[in-house]
Amino acid sequence: MPYRLNINGDIRQVDVPAEMPLLWVLRDELGLVGTKYGCGKGFCGSCTVHVNGAAQRSCLLPVGSVGNARIHTIEHIGSTPIGARLQEAWLRIDVMQCGYCQAGQIMSACALLGQTARPSDEQINSAMTGNICRCGCYNRIRSAIRIAAGMEEESGRVA
Amino acid sequence: MLHEHRSVVLDRRTVLKASLLAGGGLALEALIPMPLWALEQGEQQATAPAQLSAFVSIAPDGTVTIVSKNPEIGQGVKTSLPMMVADELDCDWSQVRIAQADVDQARYGEQSAGGSTATPKNWLPMRQTGAAARAMLVQAAAQRWNIGANEITTAKGRIFHRPSGRSLGYGEVASAAAALSPPDLKSVPLKRPEEFTIIGRPLVGIDSARIVKGEPIFGVDTRLPGMLYAVYQVAPAHGGRLVKANIEAAKRSHGVRYVLPIMGNGDADAGLADGVAIVASNWWLAEQARSKLAVAWDLSAAKGHSSAAYREKASAAIAAGAGTDLRLDGDPSAKLASAAKRIAARYDYPFVAHAPMEPQNCTARYRDGRLEIWAPSQAPQRGLDQLHKALDIAPEAVTLHQRRAGGGFGRRLMSDYMIQVAAIAKAIPGVPVQLLWSREDDIRRDYYRPGGWHSFEAGIGANGELVAFTDHFVTFGDGKTTARAAGFNASMPPAGLIQHLRYSQSMMPTVVTTGWLRAPGSNALCFASQSFLDEVAHAAGTDLPKLMLALLGERREIPAQDGGLAFDTGRARDVIEKVVRTSGWSLKPAESGTAQGFAFYFSHRGYFAEVVEASVSGAQVAVHKVWVAGDIGSQIINPMGAENQVRGAVIDGLAQALSGQAIEFVDGVVQQSNFNDFPLARIPLTPEIEIAWVKSDKPPTGLGEPALPPVIPALTNAIFAATGTRIRSLPLRLSG
Repeated sequence: MPYRLNINGDIRQVDVPAEMPLLWVLRDELGLVGTKYGCGKGFCGSCTVHVNGAAQRSCLLPVGSVGNARIHTIEHIGSTPIGARLQEAWLRIDVMQCGYCQAGQIMSACALLGQTARPSDEQINSAMTGNICRCGCYNRIRSAIRIAAGMEEESGRVA
Repeated sequence: MLHEHRSVVLDRRTVLKASLLAGGGLALEALIPMPLWALEQGEQQATAPAQLSAFVSIAPDGTVTIVSKNPEIGQGVKTSLPMMVADELDCDWSQVRIAQADVDQARYGEQSAGGSTATPKNWLPMRQTGAAARAMLVQAAAQRWNIGANEITTAKGRIFHRPSGRSLGYGEVASAAAALSPPDLKSVPLKRPEEFTIIGRPLVGIDSARIVKGEPIFGVDTRLPGMLYAVYQVAPAHGGRLVKANIEAAKRSHGVRYVLPIMGNGDADAGLADGVAIVASNWWLAEQARSKLAVAWDLSAAKGHSSAAYREKASAAIAAGAGTDLRLDGDPSAKLASAAKRIAARYDYPFVAHAPMEPQNCTARYRDGRLEIWAPSQAPQRGLDQLHKALDIAPEAVTLHQRRAGGGFGRRLMSDYMIQVAAIAKAIPGVPVQLLWSREDDIRRDYYRPGGWHSFEAGIGANGELVAFTDHFVTFGDGKTTARAAGFNASMPPAGLIQHLRYSQSMMPTVVTTGWLRAPGSNALCFASQSFLDEVAHAAGTDLPKLMLALLGERREIPAQDGGLAFDTGRARDVIEKVVRTSGWSLKPAESGTAQGFAFYFSHRGYFAEVVEASVSGAQVAVHKVWVAGDIGSQIINPMGAENQVRGAVIDGLAQALSGQAIEFVDGVVQQSNFNDFPLARIPLTPEIEIAWVKSDKPPTGLGEPALPPVIPALTNAIFAATGTRIRSLPLRLSG
C-alpha cells in the first residue's frame, strides 16, 4: 500500500503493507535509524516517537493507522525548544553509557515536559517507567530531566 | 561532501580515500573526525595529517586524531583510552578527534572488551604511545630551531622555547616529526600524576553528542547500498538439529528475497547452529515470514534438560556428599565437629540472560572471496578465529569494522551472530545483508549465566571466631571440566583467612549454552558466600563488617591458589572501613523500618564494599540508598564515566535480585521470551547511590564489573536485618 507520511515536517512516500509497524518504515524504508528496536512488544520504549506530540511506541503502531498525524523522531527533536534543552542537559551530565535506549528516553522525557513543565519525582517515574535502560543510567536521567526543566542546577553534582 | 549527520552509506572510493588519509586500518567512523578540507584535498601530500604512530596522527591545523582500538560497549573506553594518549601527548582535549580502529591485531595488539581489563592492560602502553609522539614532535622542533630537545617544553598542543620566546603548534612540525624514528616506548619519560591535565578530569563521552541526536553509530544502524535484512530461525530447544525444511511458502512471502536452510557445524556452543535464514527487503517482512516456515527439528538431545530436573539433580548431589575437593586446608571436618556452634545453609541462583538493549546483530558482505563485516562485538579477534573454524574463511580474507555496541555485559564475547551473518552473506555473494535477532531470539539463545547450588557449613568457636568453613558447589559440566563461566573461585574469602576450609564441587551436564555475564562467577558466588558469612556473623553475635575485618587481620598479600591475582587484605580493610563510615553503618533497623545490609568482594582487580538501605512492606522491597566504597587504584581515569559504571553495576545487581530475573527450561526450551517475563530494572527501582573512592598507590584497574557483586548480598542481608527473613534463593520472592 502506498502511504504519504508527515515525518519531521517532510512528506515521505512509502509503499509497504498496512500492518507494518512505523518503526520498520522509519528504519528500513526511510533510513531514519535513530529510533531503535528493543523488544517489538512495547515493553522497553526504545522505539518511542511523537505522534501529534504524544509519546508512542512505534513498534506497535501500524503504518496504516498513522494517516496525516505529525510524526517526530529523535532526528528532529533538537529543533524543538524542549528537545534542545533535554539534549543539552543529557550532555551536561553525560547521562548515557551504551546509549542505545537514549533516543527513546529523550522522546519520552520531551513528551513529559511538554505536558508538565516542572514534574515531580513521581511524575518523572511514571512518565519514564516504560523506558528501560539496561545500563542503569536512571539517576542521571532523572537529573537531566530536572536540569532541562530548570529545577536542578548541576553545580558540579552529578547524581 | 561528507557530512557527519549522514548515515553510513559510502562508496568504495570514499572509503579508500578515507583509509589512505588515516593511514589505513580505520573504520568508517574515521571519516567523521576528519576535517572536511582533508576529505576534499586528502590526496595532496602537503595538507594530509602526519602519521606519528598507529594511534596518533596530527593535521597541519593541529587537530590530533587518536585511534581507539577496543570495542565500545558503553563502558567508556572510546573516551578513556584516548585520554591516556592525549594527556602524555600534552595536547588539549578540544584538539582531539577519535577514530574507531578496525580489527587488526598486528597493528593494534589485543582488541577486546571483557574482564575489566582495558584499563590495567593499556594504562602504560597508551600513555607511552602518547609520550612517544610528543617526544617526536619535540625532537622535530629542536631540529628546526637547532637547539637541544631538553630546552623545549610543551603545553596544550604547542611547543615552546621559553628563553627565545618562540613557539610552534604541533601541526606545524607534525610531518617532520612523522619522518623521525620513534623512540623506545619502554624508556620514553612519562608524566608524574600531578602533571596530568586530561586524565582524572570528568569528560563527556566522545559519542554522546551524536547519541542524543539519534545519529547512526550502533551496529544495527549500519546501512549499505542494496542491503537486505535477515532473521535466522534456530531450533526451539537448545542443541536441536535441522532435519528437513519446507521453505516454499516463506519464499513467496511479501518482500522475501532468499530463504536459506543452513546446516551448522554441530558445535552449537561455539560455532554455527543449524537454522533457516530469511532475507528480505525490510527486517519486519523477514520476521513475518518466519511463521510460514515448516521445519522439522531433531530435539532429542534436549530431552530431560529442564530446570526442575536440574534442581533435583543438585539436591541429590548435595545429599550424596561433598563431591570433588577444589581446596582442602587443615581439617574442617574435625573442627566442625568440635566447634562450639555449627550452622549450615543452602543457597541457589538461577540461569540469567544478558539482554543488552541492542539485540544481537551483524552486517556483512561477501565478494570476490573476501568478507567485510560490521560488528558490535566484545571479542572481534576471537570472532575471526571462530569464523575461520566454522566457515573456513581465513582471517586475512576478512575486513572487520567495529561498531558501537548497545550494551555488552559479556554477551558479545560470543560470536554466534557474526558467524551466522557470514554464512548468510557467503550464500548470497555480492549482497550486503544485516542479520538482526528479535528480542525473543536474544532471550532464548543466550549464553546464560549458569544457575548454581551451594551447601555451606561453618563452625564457630567459643569466642565467636570462625574456625571452619565448607562449601559444596553444584554446577554444570561434563564431569571433568565445568561449563563456560560455571566454575568456582577457590581463593574466595574466607579461603586464606582461616586454617580449616574445604571447597568442593559436583557437576551435571547441560545442553544449554552458558557464558560470561558481567562479573562472571563473582556475581553469583558473592551472593552465596557473603550471605552465608552474614549468617555466621549473626550466629557469632557480631556483624559482617566486624567479622570480615577480624578475618582479614593484618595488611598483607595472600597469593591466589590458582596463580591468579593476589588478594590484598589492606585494600579490603580500607574499603570496608570507608563504607562503614560513609553509610553510618548500623545493624539495628531504624524506627522507620529501614535496615542496612553489608557485603564485600574482590573481583577483576577491584575492591568493593557496599551497604544497602532497604525496607520491606508485604512482598515489596524498596531500596532507599546504596553506599559504595571502591579501590581501583591510584587514579580514576574519567570520573564522569567511572561513576556511571558504578551506578550501572549497582542497578544491574539490584535488578538480578529484585526484578524476578530467571531463565527456565523445559526439555531445553527456554520458557521466557521478552521483557515481560525476563524483567529489567526500571526507573522507579532506582535508589540514591553514593560513591566513595579509596585511592591506593596501585596502578589503575577496570570498572566494568567489580562494583556489581557486593550489592546483591548487601541487599539480601538488609532484608534479613529488616525482617528476619533470610534470602537464600534468587530471584528473591517474599510471600508478604
